[in-house]
Amino acid sequence: MSDLEKSWIYPEEHGLYVEPGDFYLDPVKSVARAVITHGHADHARPGNEEVWATPQTIEIMEIRYGKAAVETKHAMPFEQSWSIGPVNISLMPAGHVLGSAQVVLEYEGQRVVYTGDYKRKSDPTCEAFIPVRCDVLITEATFGLPIFRNPDPNQEVQKLIQSMEQQPERSHVIGVYALGKCQRLIAMLREAGYTKPIYLHGSLRALCDYYRGQGIDLGDLQPATISEKELLKGALVLGPPSAIREKWARRLSDPVVGYASGWMSVRQRAKQRNAELPLVISDHADWPDLLRTIDETKCSEVWVTHGQEDALVHVCRQRGLRAKPLALVGFEEEAE
Amino acid sequence: MKKEELDSETGGFTAFALLLERLLFSPSRNAKLQLLGQYFQSAPEEDRGYGLALLTGGLAIETVRAGQLRNLAKARVDESLFRWSYAYVGDLGETIALIWPEAVKDLDVASLKRRAVNLSDLVTEVKSLTPLEVFPYIDRALDGMSEVERWTFVKLVTGSSLRIGVSARLAKQGLAKAYDVDVDEIERVWSAFQPPYKPLFDWLDGDTNQPELPDEIFFHPPMLAVALEESELEDMAATDYVAEWKWDGIRVQVASDGSKQRRIFSRSGDEITSAFPDLVEHLDFRAVVDGELLVRSDVLDVGGRAEANTLPGVMADVAPFNHLQQRLNRKNVSSKLCATYPVMLCCYDLLFEDSEDLRELSFQERRERLEAWSKRTDLDASVIRISHQFTFKGWDELKELRECSRDAGLEGLMIKHKDSPYLTGRPKGHWFKWKRDPLNLDTVLIYAQRGHGKRSSFYSDYTFAVWDEGDDGARELVPVGKAYSGFTDEELVRLDKWIRDNTIERFGASVRSVKPELVLEVVFDDLQRSTRHRSGVAMRFPRIHRIRWDKPAEEADTMESVQKLMG
Repeated sequence: MSDLEKSWIYPEEHGLYVEPGDFYLDPVKSVARAVITHGHADHARPGNEEVWATPQTIEIMEIRYGKAAVETKHAMPFEQSWSIGPVNISLMPAGHVLGSAQVVLEYEGQRVVYTGDYKRKSDPTCEAFIPVRCDVLITEATFGLPIFRNPDPNQEVQKLIQSMEQQPERSHVIGVYALGKCQRLIAMLREAGYTKPIYLHGSLRALCDYYRGQGIDLGDLQPATISEKELLKGALVLGPPSAIREKWARRLSDPVVGYASGWMSVRQRAKQRNAELPLVISDHADWPDLLRTIDETKCSEVWVTHGQEDALVHVCRQRGLRAKPLALVGFEEEAE
Repeated sequence: MKKEELDSETGGFTAFALLLERLLFSPSRNAKLQLLGQYFQSAPEEDRGYGLALLTGGLAIETVRAGQLRNLAKARVDESLFRWSYAYVGDLGETIALIWPEAVKDLDVASLKRRAVNLSDLVTEVKSLTPLEVFPYIDRALDGMSEVERWTFVKLVTGSSLRIGVSARLAKQGLAKAYDVDVDEIERVWSAFQPPYKPLFDWLDGDTNQPELPDEIFFHPPMLAVALEESELEDMAATDYVAEWKWDGIRVQVASDGSKQRRIFSRSGDEITSAFPDLVEHLDFRAVVDGELLVRSDVLDVGGRAEANTLPGVMADVAPFNHLQQRLNRKNVSSKLCATYPVMLCCYDLLFEDSEDLRELSFQERRERLEAWSKRTDLDASVIRISHQFTFKGWDELKELRECSRDAGLEGLMIKHKDSPYLTGRPKGHWFKWKRDPLNLDTVLIYAQRGHGKRSSFYSDYTFAVWDEGDDGARELVPVGKAYSGFTDEELVRLDKWIRDNTIERFGASVRSVKPELVLEVVFDDLQRSTRHRSGVAMRFPRIHRIRWDKPAEEADTMESVQKLMG
């Protein structure tokens, strides 16, 4: 197989369509049948009739959208295969957030892997990415430019701990995505020996509770009641980036504001967000990891779903691989 | 840990690079002062002066141009990948820093070991390079650096301004904080020394007394005015102040010993002497004078300002600012240019007379000294004269004068307290500028361009147009200007979204044409005729005043209203 146009998987209005099985991968509009890679809102949308995903992804969707959001659910553990029509399917860990999966699809002797969002750097809160040999790799490229070479995330956690030690009188307020980044940062801080209570914006609570229920140790978590300024003096407070931009956290006295995100490696971007403490901690693969993964899957063809697709396609072609951008719409450019 | 050990681990250059990065991200002035103070206290002794020079803009190394560096990077990185990355980052230096390949792992360990280097050594090395050595040196240096070091190094070798939100003044305040001295004590002796300012640090370290000022001519940081809020007038007694016209020229400081040392400085302390030989030849006096540099209109066919002559103190022989522009930003000038656009100096303050420092005197006393000095000195009044000053009984009287300033080609008024000493910087409550009201037009947004630096992901530069009637009577939009300021961050986000949603066409990665549907009310200080623009006009200091989400584009202004504003 070669031409994207003639392929059995192709993008259309509702998302990436797997024709022989009549189902979609991470559809952006509601469909009859969907395989969903992970619980982030731009990949897992409500309103699909029948959904296949890992047990954690399904539970996360229920927390976010309520039990009734999906009519028929199929919780599929990693590495257990099943079929939809003539297509054989299994899920493999993607290392992005708890429960995140790659989708391995087999049809007429051909294997296609859809990565969803993934990363390869350490994360104590989810199973590590496993590269899967395939003919076609459908990959993300959120950070698909050679300027993105992320540091060791533990080094960034040390940066945060050091800043808290150097300025013990100031609160540190860090913007984190509610699913994944929040719990990963907390777990890494705990691993690094930070034992003090960590204060949470209300919108982060439910998913932290869920992670704990899954056996992930997050230590002492307290609600960040901004009215109790004195208590939060010198404390570590986490909130969603939007709340920090909305000045929720700026009501604290003289806080150090930071964000934990892959975008923080570009100073101009960090500056734009008024980040005093930019932490380059990403849940997506950086440039070297994108390339390494393509190598390890031994694929002969690469399709790029979203992100900085031009550069990745360009490099794949230089390496003698067939490559095409899919330009899927609906995945957030800024999502992290 | 002993200092040498510390240095051998990271080196003073690393410390300087980390300082710049933290300064960039520090939002508050206090935090910046703190960081600067810490740096000056902990930096290797020999680094402090170079660090200070770089922070105050006193040391331009300028070994390569940014474009040459880009070529160096292209030898290492695929050209298309570089181009996409640059379009994304928006800043060439940062792109190079981020994209430069990290040292390869299979080289032997010794060659991988990063060289710990002090800032002073690095600066000395870079400055001593011969042209043939420059590129191999930079190439090798970048290989041995971390990302934040590369980011700093690129700023250094391209001589670009640091753009980290630290003014020269703030850097000096950080230094003053570190050594617990009054910043004015540093300012007083500042311009007498060159980087790396050894006598200054000897004094700050307590090894010597405050250095004697050398007996030579140098720049004295000027006193600046604050913009007047009209509501402040209520609390100001008119009789405490005098006023002068605010001329539409450039502020200069002229320092001369009357013989060989005759120097002209811009407001920021750049020496611009060589650009104005026609003024230099008239500096036959020993003094330091503060004044406005203007172009005379008497030899130009631009018709002076006869209509303004009824106003007190308006010089009729001053040409509009665009004539002065012909003389600016030139290193050397031809005698023809001097004859076509002859300059003059309008003096408004006297800082030194002979070697006597007058800056402690009140403004009124200095003014008296200025007047007496100008009478005594044999000045050619066509080239050097003193500004007219007027007193007034009440603010209403001054308001009326201000309202005439646009017609007279003046920028507005300067209001000065009679008791003010000559203070460096922008002290509050002494000198005020009261600018004429800006002009305004309702225009239609037609193109948007991506910004630079921290705005690189936003469409933040706007080209706007007004309606014109074509020969066939059909209306078309003619661009009249471009603005990139005047709006809030929230408005920028909304404008950016509107532009993305209403794009007609994209030109490259950074420019878009948009549906002609959004009205921008722009204000600007002045309109001038221009042959470079299709509309035939050029705006001075245009900025967005209001975004008229409510106003239909058909109701925007026309070329006719533009012509009227030009008078």
